[in-house]
Amino acid sequence: MTTSKVGNGAVSSRAKAPTRRELYEANVRRRATRIALISTISVGLAIFFLVPLAPGWEAVQRSFFNGRVFAATFPGLVEAFLLNVMIFAWSAPLIAVTGLAIALCRDTRAPALFPLRLFGMAYTDVFRGLPVVLVIYIIGFGVPGLGLPRPWNSPYIWGTLALVLVYSAYVAEVIRSGIDSIHHSQRSAAASLGLSDRDIMRFVVLPQAIRNVVPANMNLFIALQKDVALLSFIGPVEIFRQAGVYKSLYANFTPYVGAALIFLALTIPATRYADYLMNKQNRART
Amino acid sequence: MTGKLSLRGVRKWFGENEVCKGIDLDVADGEMVCLIGASGSGKSTLLRCMNLLEPIDDGAIFLDGVDIAEPGLDPQPIRQKIGIVFQSYNLFPHMTALENVMLAPRRVHGHGREELRPKVAQMFERFGLGDRTDHYPDQLSGGQQQRVAIIRALAMEPQIMLFDEITSALDPELVGEVLDVLRDLRKQGMTMVLATHEMGFARELADKVCFLEAGRILEQGPPDQLFSAPREERTKAFLSRVL
Repeated sequence: MTTSKVGNGAVSSRAKAPTRRELYEANVRRRATRIALISTISVGLAIFFLVPLAPGWEAVQRSFFNGRVFAATFPGLVEAFLLNVMIFAWSAPLIAVTGLAIALCRDTRAPALFPLRLFGMAYTDVFRGLPVVLVIYIIGFGVPGLGLPRPWNSPYIWGTLALVLVYSAYVAEVIRSGIDSIHHSQRSAAASLGLSDRDIMRFVVLPQAIRNVVPANMNLFIALQKDVALLSFIGPVEIFRQAGVYKSLYANFTPYVGAALIFLALTIPATRYADYLMNKQNRART
Repeated sequence: MTGKLSLRGVRKWFGENEVCKGIDLDVADGEMVCLIGASGSGKSTLLRCMNLLEPIDDGAIFLDGVDIAEPGLDPQPIRQKIGIVFQSYNLFPHMTALENVMLAPRRVHGHGREELRPKVAQMFERFGLGDRTDHYPDQLSGGQQQRVAIIRALAMEPQIMLFDEITSALDPELVGEVLDVLRDLRKQGMTMVLATHEMGFARELADKVCFLEAGRILEQGPPDQLFSAPREERTKAFLSRVL
């Protein structure tokens, strides 16, 4: 009762003069903002003035934050990053499709399809249990090493395969958790209408499950964007390797810092967006 | 067999817990049977057994004289003949009201959307939902969702409809609009089995009322007899609590 009165009061007063309580709260907010601003500026100034005074700062600056080297290498790094984006762009759909297929394998119930189920289980166990870089070495070096003719010895093919194998195992687990999250009453309702198991999965369970796991999968794809850099070990001159080339050329670490900035420019907005989606979903559930 | 739907000695266990302890029940064609009893007395489970959502452990369920509870029988074609509506609506939240209703006729009977549209639109109209076809479930009130769920089950043109406490989750002012739908179906001569707490409704419309307790039908009869002159002490006790 009291809350509704306060609520009505606030609504009616919005058109007229602010209430006592609103004045007080506005005052508190202004004060909080002022304090946060002053405190942030003082810490910022302290870092700005004190860090350069630290012993060895000049050496650090020369080696990591060298403006000349940065300007000379940054365009080349951005260009090399396009290769990362391309590898990501063709890997991501393959991973999504494979992940979905594996998740469905694990969900089969028919006895004739038991081998599929077993395969799905083994697949996710194995590839979630291995370091990505190890899979990339085994497949990326190993398979072309069998003496395949061009173009089948391309590191792009086998590097992509390695990424697809590992990441689809994670995606499969995420999708499966999404399938499990759909309340069994949805399956009952669909079954009571006489729909087949296949149709229940395809039209009722999967559409809801996939929608539920979009944020979790986005986090996986952000991790994939970073792990594309691991393919540099087997040949492709993408941003990480390009930065290494520049480092040797200029005997300076600034190109790595430049590469880091380029990664962050993509991954920070993407993670923020994933968090936003996740929060939105949590709010919708409560 | 004496009925459209006949249960003989139906038993159902959940683990150690026996929920149906040998139930016999006959539902004649066009009859409306109400199951009453306390929560946990086995009403819902019995309904779920009738359209094979729960496999029964012993006994038989005859639909037009054919035992549909025969182990190993494909439940899909049977479920198409027996519709069920749940307490919690269970609409598909990612589909509009219209899509919810059309999914099963499209997939199971192979009808096209356009072919179905006039008939389905007419059902929405009939149940007062003519302007709600393109709404998603979360844009509808509980009473509207429950009416969509009823239309969804009716769209498969079942021979029998089961209703599992379909008004229990509704705000009191929305119960009436859903009960009106049932009255309408009753007039059409639909064969119906209801688990319900709406005693007034059961008394008004049922042909037969069954009082369930602890997995048994303790007493059954025409509503006037069961409500006015129950034979069993425990039926009396239950009715005095709820009436």
